[in-house]
Amino acid sequence: MGIFSKFVAKLKGQSTADPLDWKVLEEELLAADLGPKLTAEILKSAQGLKGDDALTSLTQILNSHLSGKSRALSDANTVGVVLVVGVNGTGKTTSAAKLANLLKSSGFSVMLAAGDTFRAAAVDQLQTWGARIGVSVISGKNGAEPAAVAFDAAVAAKESKCNFLIIDTAGRLHNKSDLMAELGKVRRVVEKTLPISEVLLVIDATTGQNGIAQAKIFAEAVDVTGLIVTKLDGSARGGVALAIESALDIPIKFIGNGEGERDFAPFEPGQYLSGLIND
Amino acid sequence: MFDSLSTKLTGVFSSLRSRGKINSSDIENTCADIRSALLESDVALSVVDSFIDLIREKALAALPNLQSGSNQAQAIFEIINVELIEILGGAARRIRFAKNPPTVIMLAGLQGAGKTTLAGKLAKFYLDQGDTPLLVASDLQRPNAVTQLQVVGESVGVPVFAPEPGNGVGDPVKVAEQALVFAKSKLYNMIIVDTAGRLGVDQELMQQAIDIRNAVKPDEILFVVDAMIGQDSVRTAQAFQEGVGFDGVVLTKLDGDARGGAALSIAKLTGLPIMFSSNGEKLTDFDIFYPERMASRILGMGDVATLAEQAKKALDTESSAKMEEKFARGDDFTLEDFLEQLEAMSKMGSMSKLLGMLPGAGAMKKQIENFDESEIVRTKSIVQSMTPLERQDPKVLNGSRRARIALGAGRKVQDVNSLVDKFSAAQKMMRQMRNSGGMPPAMAQSMGMPAGMGAGPISSRKSQAPAKKKSKSGNPAKRAAEERG
Repeated sequence: MGIFSKFVAKLKGQSTADPLDWKVLEEELLAADLGPKLTAEILKSAQGLKGDDALTSLTQILNSHLSGKSRALSDANTVGVVLVVGVNGTGKTTSAAKLANLLKSSGFSVMLAAGDTFRAAAVDQLQTWGARIGVSVISGKNGAEPAAVAFDAAVAAKESKCNFLIIDTAGRLHNKSDLMAELGKVRRVVEKTLPISEVLLVIDATTGQNGIAQAKIFAEAVDVTGLIVTKLDGSARGGVALAIESALDIPIKFIGNGEGERDFAPFEPGQYLSGLIND
Repeated sequence: MFDSLSTKLTGVFSSLRSRGKINSSDIENTCADIRSALLESDVALSVVDSFIDLIREKALAALPNLQSGSNQAQAIFEIINVELIEILGGAARRIRFAKNPPTVIMLAGLQGAGKTTLAGKLAKFYLDQGDTPLLVASDLQRPNAVTQLQVVGESVGVPVFAPEPGNGVGDPVKVAEQALVFAKSKLYNMIIVDTAGRLGVDQELMQQAIDIRNAVKPDEILFVVDAMIGQDSVRTAQAFQEGVGFDGVVLTKLDGDARGGAALSIAKLTGLPIMFSSNGEKLTDFDIFYPERMASRILGMGDVATLAEQAKKALDTESSAKMEEKFARGDDFTLEDFLEQLEAMSKMGSMSKLLGMLPGAGAMKKQIENFDESEIVRTKSIVQSMTPLERQDPKVLNGSRRARIALGAGRKVQDVNSLVDKFSAAQKMMRQMRNSGGMPPAMAQSMGMPAGMGAGPISSRKSQAPAKKKSKSGNPAKRAAEERG
């Protein structure tokens, strides 16, 4: 039995929970990386809980912190251009490939663009993925100007009239303003040819409270429209994503939960929330 | 985004100061604030709670010995700092070299922690110290991890042992074994084994890491961990400790703005040393781990050591000596001197970054964030548009000269006027200060600034009032005389 249901069981039939139980719930929320601020908010709303409907109410409290925005990829008239961004090592290249695979298996035609020209062998990594899932990859040389690669890819995607173009980008720490400016340039250059329909920020589920700073600054730089939460197959519960949704109203759109190309799925709020609390 | 611990403590302590002596309930409140700040820094909950208990105990024990006054707050802050350094650096040590080479170093960690990049940095670090490292490509899992290691190896000039193409092909255990034989025969004195990223909960891959370990019997297994990791650091570190086991920790991505509370959690829970830190994308961005700097970072205390280093680099001693001499001679402070100071400051980096490094800067975080960096550039451009004569003697600035300067600097005439007015006011003030007794150097020192900087018009220009207040003498006898007068 998860901590959540234990807590609820203790709560049943009582008018108020004793302080010890609140402590346990607090520990659980903090351990899931929700952060002290969101945890305090949730605890505050939860203090009013009583009786048999506690489980429903708690779920509602958590739900109320989710974004109300759509979690589907937005429709584009022509080619849906998806820019994949994030800090180093969160799984951008893998996520770009998995997303391509997911769209392809739903019957869409997809192209990938190897916009990470900085990390050693990142282009090769995406090409290997492309070959594996049967999606063509537009690439330049290592060290090429990422905006130029993205531009070429946008032109190619427009000509081929494919449904989606997914652009991988180099990992960059959000506090490096020159690298963030480079991302803005990629965006502007692509938009000379095709409008960008989605900017997906990849957040590693093991990330702590720094994830909020990441989301905030990436959103300022490139107008992030959704999150991909990766590595949810590990022991980390990815609570910082809920903290991001709550603080910045950016919806989680996809989750990554393994190394295979099919270990990727549209976000399911119910599953995620119960994963947060039922360790 | 978050108020740093220092911001919080500044708030707590300033209210304490106004009430006089700190009592035990103040300590209790302070502990609650420290708790939430440490949680925001991603220190694991269990570690936070035991740390807070320790701090409470030490602070209460120290309480009777504290004098009333502002240093109480500092004393308590110091207790926290000392304990942090103790945990972070208690077990510090260097790599153990094998008696019979090669020394075998194995890297392990989660996906995306930065193992492959770190392998290259580590190889470079030891290559530069005269060792002969060999990189071993045992990550055969992630697509093109082998290629990445080869590229990294090439750029640092270290050979890479990569008999298998990777991408799921080949046996990483065999590769490691063969590498050891190869290194012995070719007399490499160190091998660095890069392994695939694996989750703590993945039994199968953990077993593979154990097999690699058993095959090459590493002298050091380094657990590579991302400084941005959250509460999961505990579970992951324990899973790796119980699985493959490790002897030391490397923190990566410290060039980000994460506070890196995980360092504290891992050091405390495993009792193992943090040996290196990695802080940039260049292969030279790598260093041994400094517990004091990490403690400052977790506390958000600012980094005076770095600030001092930068100031030293930017302000060459010659020009500050020249400046002091000038004052002593009684020469006027000119726009030329002003420009020199502006340039020295911009050499040190962005103002907000510099201000942020000052201890206690947390309290004025808002102002620092809103500081308009281009203000310095604009001011500089106005002075640079002046002729040498104008810079020496702003009195010659008539209407047509001002119009020309404004045109040259791309500013309005009003901007030129306001700069000249402010400068004249500052210059006048400096004269008064000199007449009241050699004030500038003493003032600079009392403000903790390098000589020649504190007296500059920058501070007086920004806020006239506090600067004027400072025109009280630092010499007690003189000040008393002034107050009498």
